Amino acid sequence: MMDALILTVILTSIPLILAATGELIAERSGVLNLGVEGMMLMGAVAAFAITSLSGNPYLGVMAAAAAGAMTAAIFAVFTLGLATNQVATGLALTIFGTGLSGLVGAPFVGGTVDGLQAVSIPVLSDLPVLGGLLFQLDLLAYGAFVMLALVAWFLNKSRAGLILRAVGNNHDSAHALGYSVLRVRCAAVIFGGLMAGLAGAYLPLVLTPHWSEGMTAGRGWIALALVVFASWMPSRILIGALLFGGITIIQLVGQARGWEMPSQFLSMLPYLATIAVLVLISRDRNFALMRAPAHLGRIFIGTR
Amino acid sequence: MTHAHSAISAETAPVLEAVGITKSFGDFRANDAVSFAIKPGEIHALLGENGAGKSTFVKLVYGLLQPDAGQFFWHGKPLTISGPQQARHLGIGMVFQHFSLFESLSVAENIQLALPAGEVLTSLSARIRDMSDAYGLAVDPDAYVYDLSVGQQQRVEVMRCLLQNPSLLIMDEPTSVLTPQETNQLFAVLRRFADKGMAVLFISHKLDEIRALTSRATVLRRGRNVGTMDTKGKSNRQLAELMVGSEVADINRHKEPGKLADTPPVCRITKLQRPKSTAFAVALDDISFSANAGEILAIAGISGNGQDELMAALSGEWQPPTGDVIVLEGKDISHFDPAARRRAGVGVVPEERNGHAAVPSMRLSDNALLTHHSLGQTVRHGVIDHAATKAIAAQIIQAFDVRVPNDDPMAAALSGGNLQKFVVGREILKSPRLLVVAQPTWGVDVGAAVSIRTAMLDLAANGSAVIMISQDLEEVFAIADKIAVLHDGRLSDVMPADQVTAEQIGLLMGGDDARRGASR
Amino acid sequence: MISMTPRKDISMQRTVLTPVFSVLLTLCVGAGIFAVLGYDPSAALYQFFVAPLSRPDQVADLFVKACPLIIIATGLAFCYRANVWNIGAEGQIVMGAVCAGGVALFFPAIPDLLMMPAMIIAAMAGGMALAFIPGILKTRFNTNEILVSLMLTYVAALFIDWLVRGPWRDPESFGFPLTKSYGDAALIQRVELPGIGTIGQLHWGVVAALLLAVAAYFVMSKTVFGFQVKVMGDAPRAGRFSGFNPARTTLGVLCLSGACAGVAGMVEVSANMGQLQPEVSFGYGFTAIIVAFLARLNPLGVIMAGLVVALAELGGDRAQMALGMPKVVTGLFTGILLFLLLAGETFNRYHVQINWPRFDQLKSGQLKSDEEG
Repeated sequence: MMDALILTVILTSIPLILAATGELIAERSGVLNLGVEGMMLMGAVAAFAITSLSGNPYLGVMAAAAAGAMTAAIFAVFTLGLATNQVATGLALTIFGTGLSGLVGAPFVGGTVDGLQAVSIPVLSDLPVLGGLLFQLDLLAYGAFVMLALVAWFLNKSRAGLILRAVGNNHDSAHALGYSVLRVRCAAVIFGGLMAGLAGAYLPLVLTPHWSEGMTAGRGWIALALVVFASWMPSRILIGALLFGGITIIQLVGQARGWEMPSQFLSMLPYLATIAVLVLISRDRNFALMRAPAHLGRIFIGTR
Repeated sequence: MTHAHSAISAETAPVLEAVGITKSFGDFRANDAVSFAIKPGEIHALLGENGAGKSTFVKLVYGLLQPDAGQFFWHGKPLTISGPQQARHLGIGMVFQHFSLFESLSVAENIQLALPAGEVLTSLSARIRDMSDAYGLAVDPDAYVYDLSVGQQQRVEVMRCLLQNPSLLIMDEPTSVLTPQETNQLFAVLRRFADKGMAVLFISHKLDEIRALTSRATVLRRGRNVGTMDTKGKSNRQLAELMVGSEVADINRHKEPGKLADTPPVCRITKLQRPKSTAFAVALDDISFSANAGEILAIAGISGNGQDELMAALSGEWQPPTGDVIVLEGKDISHFDPAARRRAGVGVVPEERNGHAAVPSMRLSDNALLTHHSLGQTVRHGVIDHAATKAIAAQIIQAFDVRVPNDDPMAAALSGGNLQKFVVGREILKSPRLLVVAQPTWGVDVGAAVSIRTAMLDLAANGSAVIMISQDLEEVFAIADKIAVLHDGRLSDVMPADQVTAEQIGLLMGGDDARRGASR
Repeated sequence: MISMTPRKDISMQRTVLTPVFSVLLTLCVGAGIFAVLGYDPSAALYQFFVAPLSRPDQVADLFVKACPLIIIATGLAFCYRANVWNIGAEGQIVMGAVCAGGVALFFPAIPDLLMMPAMIIAAMAGGMALAFIPGILKTRFNTNEILVSLMLTYVAALFIDWLVRGPWRDPESFGFPLTKSYGDAALIQRVELPGIGTIGQLHWGVVAALLLAVAAYFVMSKTVFGFQVKVMGDAPRAGRFSGFNPARTTLGVLCLSGACAGVAGMVEVSANMGQLQPEVSFGYGFTAIIVAFLARLNPLGVIMAGLVVALAELGGDRAQMALGMPKVVTGLFTGILLFLLLAGETFNRYHVQINWPRFDQLKSGQLKSDEEG
């Protein structure tokens, strides 16, 4: 019983981990992309459609990554190429992505697919307790954890990651040193889209094997909150995703055990916590410099 | 503190030679056929007022900008410097005035970003420690930059350059943020550097330092090189003349000296103190003076010595914590905000016309409203009378000969000189009791400059007091009745304009003040 | 590489033509996408933009649909013009509806004539209170208002969900999450013209919305407050020089937009639902952001933009019924329109040049930049 619950929490957190990891890279480079929801839906519809047509869910996954990346490319063209307002463009992207995915997916409503199958990792999956929970997941789930670790390594240990962090911290200094701020941001944004696409793919391919318009149901917005909650640190995304993703499960448990607190207030906690984190970060100037990409959302025009 | 100049033969090719370097931004010529050379082992000063073209020149050398005409020669060979990465690769290191560090990264990471790819962090840390010992630059590779003091941050910048084994190190006003001890440490590092045969281009306006550290200097004025000469063995007086320009001797004073007896003060400033608000700000220290009726008081000085802070205190954008610091005709206006000061009869023209004195994206009528809305004419019960604002704008345009493309254009559509005429005229037409204006004719064509100065003279003649903050000595001597010099947040004594020479002012501007007691 | 240099003057021509051009281009792109996906483009465009307007009562319904968008976007226009990014209108709508609902449900004894005004005040207070939070956090702690206001939309949605399922649930609602119905005084009536009767669903809230937009236009263009908002948004340093206070401006525009959103929430409930339910806003808070941008942050433009977006929404309904398209397709048009309008803004304000980089320049990592020295 408990096992099934924990497994559900883990599975529910996968799309959040994927989307938040991608958005984290974009934001660390200084770009706020509010279009995560739209990019996820494009990934979801691409995954479902291609899997439906080809019978191969792995092709679906690749299609989802491509769809997410292309949707992000639209965002990059406007915000980086034409220096449009990032907030407005991101919102437009969400609405556009929701609409286009709905249109593309219309013929597929009502169908089902055989999604990603669980793949047991030999030896490890025979462990008591942990084996069943962690080592009998599908490949995309493993991919999420691997990507998270890779991104953490990339940011902290690689030169390219260093450049990315520098651009997000001070784009003028980065420019003065000769780095192409726009190129770095473009790559970051497209990566964010790719990950959002994969996140979207997880929904029809693992969680609920069908397609319906708007099936992400706000997960993209949660992923955005998650990045802030995690103080832009990959290591905290895992905890936050389990928290945000698992909150509904915790509610069910709470109700079953007759907890006093109404479920809605429990559900509010992650969002209130995110606000608290935001305030703490911004109060202390030094802490802020350490955590938040100082140039998040600022348009870079000075050099073209 | 003399510097033993290493013997370099005259035949050695200069490290960097600029020949005819020209760069314009639209109509504005920032660098006009600038030519000079920097020899190996030389510490070469680059002098000039704000806007003279120093920053543009070094950006050209560092590859951030491309010259419109002219040629650079690197170790004798002609070269195009395509970007900062190539500049670093060639061996040009640059320390910007406001730094180009990443505060949330460690020192080692900051340095790594300026080096070409391939170096592992651990070996870099070792190299940093070695270089640290070699030059006496105490730098901790693992510290985070936001934790460091400004002096320490600058050491990181210098270290970052040195690790690339440059043959030319450019430093832009490095000592403006350092304590005297840190300054000495920096100079020791630079001398060691030069002794090894490398060259330094040192931008500064502090005469003591230039005499102590550098061997030659180039002076830029309005984008042109007005002279390159040795600094060794020169006195401060001679250097001041160099900086201020021998043309100053020819300035005609446009006012009759001594025509005014002591007139009553319109505004008295008493012991104005303002601590530094950021690391790059300048603290104001015990400033006291009075601006008298019918007089133009010029506050001379090189930009960056507290002018911005003084302006903010006078305009009301910053208010002193205690009262009785700024008194206007008997009324204590220390705690008045800008709108209240306007009502009390103060007119202000800030230095920056785009974004501070005027909003570029708004029409002139709205820009007129900017400083009129608290005065009652243009606003009734919170509602704007657009006809009135247009009328005021038209009045200003007419009276000050502002050339406009149509009746009520956007401020951005005007040329610099015309916008400045508008912004100055906007205040003068209110007949303020006190007019405070900063750099009134900066970046303005000759005709507009004459109109503006004439308008200020007329205003004073009508009994108002004028405080003019200016770094243009020609202008200062042309219209001021009294002159004081602002240096490092302190104001010199106020002197009658006819009793003081340009060289004396130049010396005060460079920080040489026999009347100043203990060092800062 | 794209190089952009600011233009010296923005011509009236360009300001008017850009939105028109964007709308036309949107229709083309949308039609193209439909064609690619196998739908008949002209049938689709007809269903979207022509069919919803074929009868007078349908036109009236267009205004009804646009009503909340207009009210909210009017407030947002002030906020965005001042460079304050309120993304939480969705939550402020909810709080407004809740507070107004509280008055309607728990103070039924208020004299009929005073009920509406009381609810309006309560709605404004509710929306303002929620919008005040990102404002005070921004002015005190420099916290990013985008993220705070966004988080609060979730909190508000959960709050009303709890209220309506819990303490405010009508015991006679057979378990459905609904409050008691409002008394008549708390409802917004249909507009009844003598001799014609009602026109579609047109209600007095629509009239209020239009009046609000006009009043807002007056405030924006003819009052010092409007001037303050514009100056602080365009050039904050000039604003301080002029005597305006940045913190007060931020809080002022946030409270204003919060109040507007709150009133919109109240209007929607009182005109269309008559009681509180868990969902009182259907993404209006976010759609209104689009409307504000479409209107180029001009309150009068908000009316036009609100109608255009409402048309696209109604069109989506029709396309769904007639052509089997999913409801969310509306987003396709509004999204593309916003993209093109934002790009148009850039073309308006800057002279854009595309320099195809020479290959050798690319190799040596050349950067071209033109800055003031």
